[in-house]
Amino acid sequence: MDTTDVSAFPLRLEGEATPMVSFKKVTKSYGSLVVLDSLDLDVAEGEMVTIIGPSGSGKTTVLRMLMTLETINGGVIYVDGEPLTHMPRGGGLVRADNRHMRKMRSKIGMCFQHFNLFPHMTALENCMEGPVHVLGLAKREARERAEELLAMVGMADKRDQHPSRLSGGQQQRVAIARALAMRPKVMLFDEVTSALDPEVIGEVTNVIRQLVAEHNLTMLMVTHQMGFAKDISDRICFFYGGRIEEQGSPDELFGNPRKERTQQFLSAVKEAT
Amino acid sequence: MFDWRWDFTFQILPRLIVATGNTLLAAGLGYAIAVVLGLALVLAQRTPFRPLTVVVREAVEFIRSTPLVLQIFFVFYVGPQFGIRLSPWTAGMIAIGLHYAAYLSEVYRGGLECVPKGQWEAAKSLNLSTARTYFRVILPQALPPSLAGMGNYLVGIFKDTPMLSVIGVAELMHTANAIGSETYRFLEPFTLVGIIFLCISLPTAALIRLFEAWVRRKLGMG
Repeated sequence: MDTTDVSAFPLRLEGEATPMVSFKKVTKSYGSLVVLDSLDLDVAEGEMVTIIGPSGSGKTTVLRMLMTLETINGGVIYVDGEPLTHMPRGGGLVRADNRHMRKMRSKIGMCFQHFNLFPHMTALENCMEGPVHVLGLAKREARERAEELLAMVGMADKRDQHPSRLSGGQQQRVAIARALAMRPKVMLFDEVTSALDPEVIGEVTNVIRQLVAEHNLTMLMVTHQMGFAKDISDRICFFYGGRIEEQGSPDELFGNPRKERTQQFLSAVKEAT
Repeated sequence: MFDWRWDFTFQILPRLIVATGNTLLAAGLGYAIAVVLGLALVLAQRTPFRPLTVVVREAVEFIRSTPLVLQIFFVFYVGPQFGIRLSPWTAGMIAIGLHYAAYLSEVYRGGLECVPKGQWEAAKSLNLSTARTYFRVILPQALPPSLAGMGNYLVGIFKDTPMLSVIGVAELMHTANAIGSETYRFLEPFTLVGIIFLCISLPTAALIRLFEAWVRRKLGMG
């Protein structure tokens, strides 16, 4: 159900500084529980934004809405200037239909906490499924690209293994390659290290570091690895109660948090590690 | 009083073996119908089109709540009143196929529910079409947890084929009964029928377990 009137929102975002991702007054609730409360968030092209915050603050929901895994109750999300949750029709915006969402979804890739690799396919097949059957690439081309990506994440030698034969860190690296194989403009990382044993977290974070360093991808990440977030993010957003409580550069936010809740959260996290 | 005649036994054996062929054919055909139709029934219940899901859901419940033999009679004897005249074989295959399709659809439903939500989400994040998601991602994973139930119903349909004798399908039971009527000897034919069923059911159950393990390995999920 829409709780806000979308007629006030533009049909598309234009101009020089159009953000790659733009949340405009986005609201999400489950019954009476408000998960996101009129969220405004812009992510520029090539920017790496990390979302931190206590559990239940709506961080993961932000990513899931972008991937269209969750519907929204109010507001509009734009990706690459075009509305994602809505589509232009008769001079106004209406709810996006399946076709529009499929078109828009092609701009976005996502990695999950529990990898969600297809267990009955090898690493290579996981990375070829989308390119062949969604992008329509020839098998040979898809295979070459998948092999390149698997090599990039250091999994070339395991390409013919099924996920059950791979460690968590290895599975997550394959999952990153699989998402990249779809050539998204925006990559979403949803607590990708949370399910990993401590000793393999590094192999996943290194791949993400490399992506940040070498590619102009727009990235949104939810993580509990504060040190990692501080290292690689352009901006940190601290979520609290379905809103952005505070945001800023990693140095600002970690070094000199202004809000009391941010300070509390950061000191609690510091104590835990 | 226990008057078992071996010469009679060997005399009727060829006829029963031919009938066994019919029983296997009936079970095989019926099962093939049930496997495909059952899938259609479960998928129909998962479409977003509400009226279809409700109708199919109720139909499945109806079939599962009424006796097979009634359904066989219904298709064979009531059909002609609506101008649908079917041979015993056709009527029998429709009835038994439909009956087991309803049961198998429930087995598939259980199998589908075993597939983690994350698999659907991954398929969506890769922008796979609904058909591709089902046939390449979800159903292969729903298969291993469904196999045990599917195997049970394979043995079940085989053991239920004697019900087709009521409309004159010349399967094992029908043939044994005919031999009995002709010769007034029922001990040997019915005993043989029991032994034949046992000889087929037991190894089938074992083979299904082997097949299950093989499928899991084949899908890399072993």
